[in-house]
Amino acid sequence: MRQIDAAKITETVKKLCIDANYYLGKDVMDALEAAHKKEESPVGKEIISQILENDKIAAEGVFPMCQDTGAAVVFVEQGAFVFVNGNLTEAINEGVRQGYKEGYLRKSMCDPITRKNTGDNTPAIIHLDIVPGDKLKIIVAPKGGGSENMSFVKMMKPADGIEGVKDFVIESVKKAGSNPCPPIIVGVGIGGIFEKCAQIAKKALLRTIGSKHPDPFYADLEAELLEKVNMTGVGPQGLGGTVTALAVFVEVHPCHIASFPSAVNINCHAARHKEAVI
Amino acid sequence: MAEVKRLNTPLTDEDIKGLKIGDNVLITGEILTARDTAHKKMVEFLDKGEKLPFDIKGQLIYYVGPSPTRPGQVIGSAGPTTSGRMNKYAPRILEAGSKGMIGKGEMGAGVPDALKKYKGAYFIVVGGAAALISKSIVANELVAWEEMGAEAVRKYTVKDFPVIVAQDCHGGNMFVEGVKKYQRI
Repeated sequence: MRQIDAAKITETVKKLCIDANYYLGKDVMDALEAAHKKEESPVGKEIISQILENDKIAAEGVFPMCQDTGAAVVFVEQGAFVFVNGNLTEAINEGVRQGYKEGYLRKSMCDPITRKNTGDNTPAIIHLDIVPGDKLKIIVAPKGGGSENMSFVKMMKPADGIEGVKDFVIESVKKAGSNPCPPIIVGVGIGGIFEKCAQIAKKALLRTIGSKHPDPFYADLEAELLEKVNMTGVGPQGLGGTVTALAVFVEVHPCHIASFPSAVNINCHAARHKEAVI
Repeated sequence: MAEVKRLNTPLTDEDIKGLKIGDNVLITGEILTARDTAHKKMVEFLDKGEKLPFDIKGQLIYYVGPSPTRPGQVIGSAGPTTSGRMNKYAPRILEAGSKGMIGKGEMGAGVPDALKKYKGAYFIVVGGAAALISKSIVANELVAWEEMGAEAVRKYTVKDFPVIVAQDCHGGNMFVEGVKKYQRI
């Protein structure tokens, strides 16, 4: 067994929370540059150029790229040979607490009914996987409210097939319209079970822009969906245009013979995620 | 940037009538901030026939909830929040003399009619361009309802604050017309 101190996990999560909110990934910046060239609407072009300028200002490290610095979504892949010396959940939450304080990030978590703020952006939303090996991988993906509100799960019928998925994705993007701050990234979860399809849709948002699904069938589906999403006309900020999404990512999981769940989770252009391996 | 109009607040009916959807506008002057809870309270005041503790005549209301301010800075990141949550309140605020709103996303329900009736405009700032926007906010002070914390009403002094007219007083709605222009499925 390899021992990892809880304090090391806290330190790592803290840094990832801050880095994610100030430094947008190169893949997203490159995709925005390409979108700026591609966008046909003059207003849409102006919007994308403002986004690019914004992200460069954020990278100076004073202003987070968006004031909505998100719920702290944390994916953990724990090697089976790792022993955490302490409480993993509490170590992550402490990292979020410190990161959001020291990084001057907004605390957005509250009681669902009374709306009383928890004050430190905890609890984190933690997804834990046990994987082979003796390493611990942590991915922090702060998720804004505006885009998260535009998420959909549909329990389709097996007879709906692949066409059913396509219609569901396009309909979801149209319904979301201007709300998730387009240009967006679309995460699609196909199969699994009610909560599994939602979780893989979210996990899809962690992929690097430009990457393809390893299965050619789903890689083609991603390309087709991206083209169709960009034909909806929603455009940057929903004011019309030819760039509605920067990417569509599909993740798939086997499902029950009677079921066909599908989920759409949308990310705004501030597609934040940073990872570290301990 | 394409052709740009400049406006100084407070705004007049004439200022508003001169705007149409898609216009890039730089706003200079003072703007008020309010979101969900502050709107609820403003409407409660108006319903009781009471005077608001601040003047909204000719003013623009910015839907915002900034990130914390670093020492030595005027403000943190201060981009827009989703305006649709204020659909219910905006017509009353326009009726009381405000000249418009600044936020992100389409405004519906009674808002388009209220923009026509009371001569108002709905502007968007680019959602997720919060760091850029903050550069045009030169002062930031509390105006009312401090107990609401992040939802208190504040006054921002802005210089060349970059907005786009999304819904105008002539019935124009760029969320509909703009999308229609590029929609192919």
